[in-house]
Amino acid sequence: MRIPCPYCGARDAHEFAYLGDATVSRPDPAAPDAEDAFFTYAYLRDNPDGEHREYWYHANGCRQWLVVTRNTRTHEILGASLARASEVTA
Amino acid sequence: MTRLAHGGLINRARTLSFRFDGKSYTGHPGDTLASALLANGVRLMGRSFKYHRPRGVFTAGSEEPNALVELRAGARREPNTRATTIELFEGLEAQSQNRWPSLDHDLLSVNRYLSPFLGAGFYYKTFMWPAAFWEKLYEPAIRRAAGLGAAAALPDPDTYEKAFAFCDVLVIGSGPAGLAAALAAGRAGARVILAEEDFRLGGRLLTEQAAIDGAPARDFVSRAEAELASLAHVRIMPRTTVFGVYDGGEYAAVERVSDHLAVPAPFQPRQRLWRIIAKRAVLAAGAFDRPIVFPGNDRPGVMTAQALATYACRYGVGAGATAAVFTNNDAGVAAALATAGAGVKLEALIDVRPALPAPLAAKAKALGVRVITSGEVIATSGKLLTGLTVRSPAGTETLAVEALGISGGATPNLNLTCHLGGKPVYREDLAAFVPATLPPGLAVAGAVAGQFSLADCLAYGTAEGVRAAADAGFTAPTLPAPQAEETATGIQPFWQVKAKGDLAFVDLQNDVSAKDVGIAHKEGFRAVELLKRYTTLGMATDQGKTSNMAGLALMAELTGQGIAATGTTLFRPPYTPVALGVLAGHHRDKDFRPTRPTPTHDWAQRQGAVFVETGFWLRAAYFPKPGEKDWLESVNREVNATRSACGVIDVSTFGKIDLQGPDVGIFLDRVYINMFSTLAVGKARYGVMLREDGLVMDDGTTARLGEQHYVMTTTTANAGKMFQHLEFCLQVLWPDLDVQIASVSEQWAQIAVSGPRSRAVLAQVVDGADVSNAALPFMGVLQTTVMGGVEARVFRLSFSGELGYEIAVPARHGAALMEALMAAGAPFGITPYGTEALGVLRIEKGHVSGSELNGQTSARDLGLGRMASTKKDYIGRVLSQRPAFLDPDRPMFVGFKPVDRSARLKAGAHLLPPGAEATTAHDEGYMTSVAYSPTLGHSIGLGFLKRGAARIGEQVRAFDPVRGGDILVEVCSPAFVDPEGEKQRV
Ligand SMILES: [Zn+2]
Repeated sequence: MRIPCPYCGARDAHEFAYLGDATVSRPDPAAPDAEDAFFTYAYLRDNPDGEHREYWYHANGCRQWLVVTRNTRTHEILGASLARASEVTA
Repeated sequence: MTRLAHGGLINRARTLSFRFDGKSYTGHPGDTLASALLANGVRLMGRSFKYHRPRGVFTAGSEEPNALVELRAGARREPNTRATTIELFEGLEAQSQNRWPSLDHDLLSVNRYLSPFLGAGFYYKTFMWPAAFWEKLYEPAIRRAAGLGAAAALPDPDTYEKAFAFCDVLVIGSGPAGLAAALAAGRAGARVILAEEDFRLGGRLLTEQAAIDGAPARDFVSRAEAELASLAHVRIMPRTTVFGVYDGGEYAAVERVSDHLAVPAPFQPRQRLWRIIAKRAVLAAGAFDRPIVFPGNDRPGVMTAQALATYACRYGVGAGATAAVFTNNDAGVAAALATAGAGVKLEALIDVRPALPAPLAAKAKALGVRVITSGEVIATSGKLLTGLTVRSPAGTETLAVEALGISGGATPNLNLTCHLGGKPVYREDLAAFVPATLPPGLAVAGAVAGQFSLADCLAYGTAEGVRAAADAGFTAPTLPAPQAEETATGIQPFWQVKAKGDLAFVDLQNDVSAKDVGIAHKEGFRAVELLKRYTTLGMATDQGKTSNMAGLALMAELTGQGIAATGTTLFRPPYTPVALGVLAGHHRDKDFRPTRPTPTHDWAQRQGAVFVETGFWLRAAYFPKPGEKDWLESVNREVNATRSACGVIDVSTFGKIDLQGPDVGIFLDRVYINMFSTLAVGKARYGVMLREDGLVMDDGTTARLGEQHYVMTTTTANAGKMFQHLEFCLQVLWPDLDVQIASVSEQWAQIAVSGPRSRAVLAQVVDGADVSNAALPFMGVLQTTVMGGVEARVFRLSFSGELGYEIAVPARHGAALMEALMAAGAPFGITPYGTEALGVLRIEKGHVSGSELNGQTSARDLGLGRMASTKKDYIGRVLSQRPAFLDPDRPMFVGFKPVDRSARLKAGAHLLPPGAEATTAHDEGYMTSVAYSPTLGHSIGLGFLKRGAARIGEQVRAFDPVRGGDILVEVCSPAFVDPEGEKQRV
């Protein structure tokens, strides 16, 4: 599997570390429902069929965290962007 | 001898000698072991898996089910090697397998009389009961009687490599379609890799009788190879099997670099694992000739018609003195005619069809081949084939032949097209499964796509080569495709001769007969995947390349649902067996993973240190002195010296992360449970980090070197993980923070000097800096120089509980610093210590370490709950407040002493109330770390105990049933030494 790193170009997936779902963001710790929200954030993950956005870290490369769009059914990589520029994690 | 008088792509001018089962034979360069054995009249090459029936070679390629041998001897012995793919070399040595005592007289062939018990599902039926018999009786008996070859028990003396390759167009297979595709793509300027599993390019063209561009097919192969070799951007890889298709245009291949040599050349690997990244690929893997099922179809001498023709045309070998061919299709007829044309005495061509196509009939007549139409072979005779019984409208007759070529039609070799989930579809017009959905970027051309005629192979190969190059951005010049005369491809589907008699085999490798398919059907195992598991049809080294089609055709006939609806089993990687050695590559023995020596490694070696692997690191465990009787004596001496005078240890293995920027303080406040923004410049602080679920992730000391500059240490084990975590926090959670981080673990050597005399030692290596208690107090940081100008950071920290310092210098000065400290400390009795003494010192002091930070403990469990700031948010804060974490009954961090001071504590022991039954219901915690304390003179332990902090002085039972430990221990403070922490502050 190849991941198109925005800095390094298409690189072998073994250079990357996988973290998981990039569609969730860290809840507001000051919100009244923080405990429930953090519980969901820490433990509950969807297992979608098809296109999915996930965090990958280019550990043996530019050390950037990426949001990779991957089809979980076909493993097709549809694109990758820098996580710091990603809106879901703002 | 059955070597034909002339012909074949062998070098008759040179003779190679080889041995099979201890007997000497000769062959020629260009031979395989199989062709050379046949040339010597050796037709018996193995015994079958279950019944030990005599078996001969069945194919001329990697799909071979029968002729499996043990190649080479001693440490290089390789079992289950296909004689059909072994390139003959001088001195080759091979043994037959699965026979006893000899191939010719195999006593285990009595198994054939047990065939009623060894039929379909025998694993599941005969040997099920009683269970105890399986391990003691059935399995050893079956393993001895049934099976394949034995692997070498010695370490593999050869080396293996891994490599990447990149190309625009990967062409797999070098038959007519593959050569045409490679030529088209190469001429267009694309970077082409042409991979061919054989040692010679050409595929079916090496046997083909039809002409290409008006010349013999072999001349086309030579011309094409020469042109491809002349193109700088084309790489020809013979002896290379593409065995797997993976995501993103990645293909795995194994190159047999040295398998055709007795021993690899110096510095050459035996095999090389390639990962080929291709923008486009053209699969031109051809097709297999498949057998027809009839009684006695496994006698040595029976083989596919293509194999018979290949041995005759490519190797100049008659598989028998006389031969016949039994077929249902035009390619089978062509194979028969090629065999006869090469000089093999062909007794008859038996075709199930009522008539041959006129051009083939004319050719047969011209060659003087007798044709029996509407004919069927209903029986064979001889231990090695001596005769056939043929049934036709003219009656039943026997033919004396030593070889029989059978061809039930072509089965496209579409294995690789299934690796990403593609399902083949059945085409009635071809009586074959062809690829339907293809892996992205891969096209098929030629016989693998059901384009069986030579002209089609060349035309489609050219077209797919042009298309693949164009998709990769290269426009092909319009050169005409090579032209060939049309070859006939007619077929009348025919799977099984209906006749009584000997067993009629479907799967030769697994001894699965037509009867077994019938049993599977009767017992309800009808789906192809169940048929495979129940009967073992299509399992083992050949994965049913020649047998699957007949198996599912027979099942389809029994169920009446047709072949298309029956479907085929799916293929997974690898296409052919791959040696584990080549998958491991260099990663074996000591090279399994990297070894990281510390900066003072060579120095420690000179001191006679005993080393231990901790993660990737090689660290000194202890430094034995002459006369010390065991490791404990050395460790006790090191601990005592440190507590009484001065000890020194390399602690460079800690993770070190440099953090800079205006927001570092805020950032650290968010990742640590305690405050760091308030830390003064020139001070260090111990910190604890949680995971978001509230459990402790890591700990370490972080120092503030400047207003916007901190340096963090992490545990050795978590160094990489923590850096990744901090990067995640900065890039994903809080990209607005202005912080830059860099791993400096390898840039700084760090040496800890501990003990009451450590200040005096330190004072002699710094370049005049004031290291007094006032100038450099506990948890103070000094940026200075040492040893006459070497940049250094001195941290006044203590892991041992003694007065102590950690001195960091650029890594290249680490060894020199150690030498300087040893020289300066000599008058004070400085003593180097290793990880063992380090562990004892920290357990005596009650510091937590990896055994306590085990992913199940909270800061509160560890007695560090009061460190947590209530003035800020930090990772893990919210979930660490959940009720279970605040439960007073939770096991808390405490120390333990054996009530009988001479007893030894054991880590892993569970803690129970005295007198309580040893059940999980009474479990109150567990012991995590133990050591013999030379300071206290007895064994001590750390661990977690329910309401531990409130139970100091109580006695509990430390129960260790695994190692037979069951003693009473006294609960105490985890700080066995200097609980008030005075010694480190002096
Ligand atoms: Zn990158």
